[in-house]
Amino acid sequence: MTLLLRRRMMNLTMTILAFLSALIALVPLFFILTHVVSKGASALNADFFTQLPLPVGEVGGGVAHAIIGTLFLVGVGTLLSLPIGIFAGMFLAENGATRFSRIVRFSADMLNGTPSIVIGVFVYAILVVPFGGFSAISGSVALAIIMIPMLVRTTEEMIKLVPHSLREAALALGVPYWKMLWSIVLRTARSGIVTGLLLSIARIAGETAPLLFTALGNQFWSQSLFEPIAALPLMIFTYAISPFEEWQRQAWAGALLLIMMVVGLNVASRLFFRQTLKGKRS
Amino acid sequence: MNRDRLFEKVSLGSALIVFFLVVLIGLMLLSEGFPALRTIGIRFPFSDAWNPVSGNFGALPFIFGTLVSSALALVIAVPLSLGIAMFLSELAPRFMRVPIATLIEILAAIPSVIYGLWGIFFLAPWLRETGEPILGKTLGFLPLFQGPPYGIGMLAAGVILAIMIIPIISSITRDIFLAVPNEQREAALALGATRWETTKMAVFRMSRPGVAGAIFLGLGRALGETMAVTMVIGNRPDISLSLFAPGATMASIIANEFTEATDDLHLSALFALGLTLFLVTFVINAGARWLVTKTVGVPFGGRS
Repeated sequence: MTLLLRRRMMNLTMTILAFLSALIALVPLFFILTHVVSKGASALNADFFTQLPLPVGEVGGGVAHAIIGTLFLVGVGTLLSLPIGIFAGMFLAENGATRFSRIVRFSADMLNGTPSIVIGVFVYAILVVPFGGFSAISGSVALAIIMIPMLVRTTEEMIKLVPHSLREAALALGVPYWKMLWSIVLRTARSGIVTGLLLSIARIAGETAPLLFTALGNQFWSQSLFEPIAALPLMIFTYAISPFEEWQRQAWAGALLLIMMVVGLNVASRLFFRQTLKGKRS
Repeated sequence: MNRDRLFEKVSLGSALIVFFLVVLIGLMLLSEGFPALRTIGIRFPFSDAWNPVSGNFGALPFIFGTLVSSALALVIAVPLSLGIAMFLSELAPRFMRVPIATLIEILAAIPSVIYGLWGIFFLAPWLRETGEPILGKTLGFLPLFQGPPYGIGMLAAGVILAIMIIPIISSITRDIFLAVPNEQREAALALGATRWETTKMAVFRMSRPGVAGAIFLGLGRALGETMAVTMVIGNRPDISLSLFAPGATMASIIANEFTEATDDLHLSALFALGLTLFLVTFVINAGARWLVTKTVGVPFGGRS
C-alpha cells in the first residue's frame, strides 16, 4: 500500500469515527425523547393539569399544585436574581480591569460551577433552620442563587458588545452617565440579556436538588410563602422512585411537560438570539 | 450627579453580593460541618464506615464513589466529545453543522431528573438484562465486571453522567478548535496534508490546554451531579471493585439522607461531605478556568 493511500484511508477512518461519535452521542437523546413522549403522553389529560393528587394507589388526579409551584418558584427566583445579576454584570462591564472586578468575575464563575445540591444545603443552613421549616421562599432563594452567576455573565458579555460610539454620542449630547447606561447601553444589550435570562430560567425550571431541602414539596396547595411548595421536578423525582404504578405514569407525564417547557424555552431563545445577531429584530 | 452615585453604589453592592455569596457558602458549610469533623477528626476522609446508628461516619465510600463514577463518565465521554468537536468544527459538511450542534445543545438542556427517570426505567433494566451480562461474559476476568448484574449501580451512573457531560466538553472544545487561527490550517493544507492530518498537526497541538480545561469542566459537572446519579446508583455506602455494584457519591448520599438525618452528628457529617464537594469542585473549576483562559485568551463564556 502506498503512503498516500494509507494517509487517505486514515483520513477517511477518522472522518467516519468523528461522525459516529456524533451519532452515538445523539442515540440517548433519541431514546430519551421517544420514551418520554410515548410513556408520558398517555397520562396527560385535563385532570393532570387541574387536579391535586389523589390518595396513593388510586388512579387519576393531577399535579396542578406542582405546575403552579414551579411557576411560582421560577418567578420569584427570577425576581430576586434579576436586579443583582444585571447590576453586577453592569459593574463588571464598566469596571472591567480592576483587581476587585477580577475577583468578582472569579466568584461568579465559581458560583456557577458549584453543585446545585451544595447551594440547597447552604440555603437550608441560612434560611430553613432560622425559619423553623421548609418554605417556598427558601426554594426561590436557592434558585435565585443559581441564576445570579448566569445573569452576571450574560449581562457583562452583552454590554461589552455595545459599540463605544453609542456611549460617546450619548455623553456628548449631555446625557448623565447613569442614564446613558440605563437607556442606551442596557437597551441595546436588551435582547441578548433576555436570551440569557430565558436560558437561565430554562435551567432552574428543571432543577431538583436545590429544592429538596428548601421547598421540600407538597401534596396540596401551599397556603403561604412560608410553607413547603410543590414543584414539577420534585414531583417527578418523588413519583419516579415510588413503588406505585399510577405515580410512575404521572412522573412520565410530568417529565414530558417539563421537557417541553425547558427544551422549548432553550431552543426558542437560541433561535431568537441567532435572529437578532443577524440584525433582523432588536 | 446624585443619581450617578446611586447607580454606582447599587452596582457595587450587587457585585459585592456575588462575591460574598461564595465566601458565605464556604463559611456556612465549614461551620455546620465542623462538629462532625471535630468529633471524627482526621479519620473522616479515610474511614469507610457510615453508621448513623453508632455515630460512626467516614467519607471514604463517597469519595470513592464520586471518583469512580466521574472517571467512568470521562472515559466514555472524552473520546466521544473530542470526536464530536472535531466533526462539528473541521470535518462536517456545512449544512450538517447547525442541526447537529443544536441537537447536542438539547442534550444539555434536559433536566437531570429526567435523565434519572429514564435511567431507572430504561437504562438500568437494559443493563441488567443485556449490557452487564454481556460485559460479564466477555470481560468478566476483570474485577471491574464481576458480580451480579443489578442494573442499578456504578456503571449506570457512569453512563448517564457521560451522556450529561458530553455537551459541555464538546461545545467548549469546539469553541477552542474554532479559535485556532486559520493560517495554521492553511499552512498544513498547503503542504499537502489531508483534513485529518491538518487537524492533528495544526489544531490539536495548539488546543491542548484549552481541551484539558474543557475536560476539567466536564469533570466538575460530573462531580456535582446529583439527581440522575442518586436515582440510578443504589445509594449504598460500599466500596467495591465491580462496576456492577451499587455505590454512592457525595452528592447522592446528601440528597438521600439529608431530610432524614437522625441526629445532629449525622447532619453535620453530611454538611462536611457538602464542604468536601464544594472544595473539590471549586479547585477543579478554578483549574479549568485557568486552562481555558490560557488558550482562548478570554475566560470562556456565553454558552450554556
